[in-house]
Amino acid sequence: MTPNRPLLEVKNLKKHFPIRGGLLGRTTAKVYAVDGVSFDIAKGETLSLVGESGCGKSTVGKALLRLYPVTDGEVYLDGQRIDNMAASKLRPMRQRMQVVFQDPFSSLNPRMRIVDILGEPLSNFGMAKNRADLRERVGLLMDKVRLPRDAIDRFPHEFSGGQRQRIGIARALAPGADLIICDEAVSALDVSVKAQIINLLVDLQDELGLALLFISHDLATVEHLTHRVAVMYLGKIVELTDRRTLFAKPHHPYTKALLSAVPVPDPTAPRNRVILTGDVPSPINPPSGCRFHTRCPLVHDRCRVEEPALRTVGEGHSSACHLTHAPGELAMAGSA
Amino acid sequence: MSATTVPPGYTAAPVLPEILPTPKERGRIMGFINRHPTIVVGGVLVALMVLIAILAPYLGTKDPTALAPAKRTRPPSELYWFGTDMLGRDVYSRVLYGARVSLTVGFSVACCAGIIGTTIGLVSGFTRRIDAIVMRAMDGLMSIPQILLAIALMALTRASVQNVIIAISITETPRVCRLVRGVVLSLREQPYVEAAIASGTRVPVIIWKHILPNTLAPLMVQATFICASAMITEATLSFIGAGTPPIIPSWGNIMAEGRALWQVKPYIVFFPAIFLSITVLAVNLLGDGLRDALDPRLAKRL
Repeated sequence: MTPNRPLLEVKNLKKHFPIRGGLLGRTTAKVYAVDGVSFDIAKGETLSLVGESGCGKSTVGKALLRLYPVTDGEVYLDGQRIDNMAASKLRPMRQRMQVVFQDPFSSLNPRMRIVDILGEPLSNFGMAKNRADLRERVGLLMDKVRLPRDAIDRFPHEFSGGQRQRIGIARALAPGADLIICDEAVSALDVSVKAQIINLLVDLQDELGLALLFISHDLATVEHLTHRVAVMYLGKIVELTDRRTLFAKPHHPYTKALLSAVPVPDPTAPRNRVILTGDVPSPINPPSGCRFHTRCPLVHDRCRVEEPALRTVGEGHSSACHLTHAPGELAMAGSA
Repeated sequence: MSATTVPPGYTAAPVLPEILPTPKERGRIMGFINRHPTIVVGGVLVALMVLIAILAPYLGTKDPTALAPAKRTRPPSELYWFGTDMLGRDVYSRVLYGARVSLTVGFSVACCAGIIGTTIGLVSGFTRRIDAIVMRAMDGLMSIPQILLAIALMALTRASVQNVIIAISITETPRVCRLVRGVVLSLREQPYVEAAIASGTRVPVIIWKHILPNTLAPLMVQATFICASAMITEATLSFIGAGTPPIIPSWGNIMAEGRALWQVKPYIVFFPAIFLSITVLAVNLLGDGLRDALDPRLAKRL
């Protein structure tokens, strides 16, 4: 539609969950699960959303899919605003945006055959003429995810975790989506299967020009397939850049701490570890100023009062920190 | 088939159809009996009771309401298997015909409460807005004592089996509704339901294809327990005279009529009581077995 716009644009997305209490069920507090997140994804691009558990990364995914109503902000899919779209108008848009969940066991209905699981999105969007056509299309999907075609009459429990995850991917591919949200899609799998699934996702991306939003807590996994990375902390994006910059020249102290937690398979390698103390503060009552100031090794007075905005610190690199570590970058930040 | 030569003077016997199950099938049946003995015992007993109720006129019974004052309070004998009551009616016939009332009430209540409760529970679990109102209404219904409601209903209208069914169904419906709503609430958070929403499945289809099949297992178990408890309630109501009208023999009113003679002629109370106990036990066994069979995780823990 609009060639210059990215496939998915997210502007200042917020998702707050009310905590109800008392007799009348009034809202007594709010969980600021996602509190102002902006990013975009181009066609065929992979953006990874990484962060600790509880930082709101999965909530972003579910809010984008409109599994939750969005509290505030704007979401555009191919130029069309979908965050406040009526359910009836949203339904055809769902064809373009699909999801793969973390748990390969609970994400497939145990009482349905594979042909019915994969056929569901096909018949929802009227993509199969009749039963024979549906079976043929399901067979094609099985080919795409490298599973045997003759397995389509089986039940999910007859497959291994990795195979189930392939079925989950096939379901996401079924309606011909442009964007697939992978919510921790490989986290529940063991290492060798994880590698297979990642390779499959990369292959499918090349083959079909898919855009992926890859939600993960594991930087080591992300490194293999992503183009850009957004690091989330307590409902906000603290750093957003391309993969190479993130792994070579991280800017935000939280990103540095996350990177130093990635295991290196060499016990003798010199390591400069940044070890964070304490837990992630509660998203019900997030800290004032910079949300990371309670755990930041470089904290100073300004961080406690003023919330740092996400500002440009380099080419396609933005970070939300008051500190800049080199004079050159300071100048660049000033010009932005 | 290879043609075998028949000696002269003989003719080949016709090939008999195989009526017994094949060894493989027999093995499967035995395996099922071994794994789920409670289902088999409960199921067989329930089936037996159903057969008795249906075939009551052909099982050597007399008219269960025919009075014979000259032959009253006879002890069990060859002629009167379970004896006769204080009006000379044949207790055996009355007990067998009484099975009809109990089973009808039990199954009808299980079906009515099951269907109505499931519908309300599904809708309530899936639409947040009406959930609170519906559930408070159900709490209100649950707080009505079953027996009192039945008595009130009988007082307002007249004693009939239909009214007994309605009264018991009203108070059992909230139980089903709560169960189904609970299951729905946990199921709607399941990733496969979320995936179905994300892939554009409409809400009625989600309820029909993803939610309902997964509520059936706990629902069937609950339905058997409701069936058993409805039979007991029916007997209780008939016993206190607020249930099945005295003209229709039911286990409850046979016991009520035999109560006066309990110390001298205990068998009048004894036989319907045995039948009621066996039926309730059978239905409960069936429910227990179904629960274990349908929820393998729970069965292993027990």
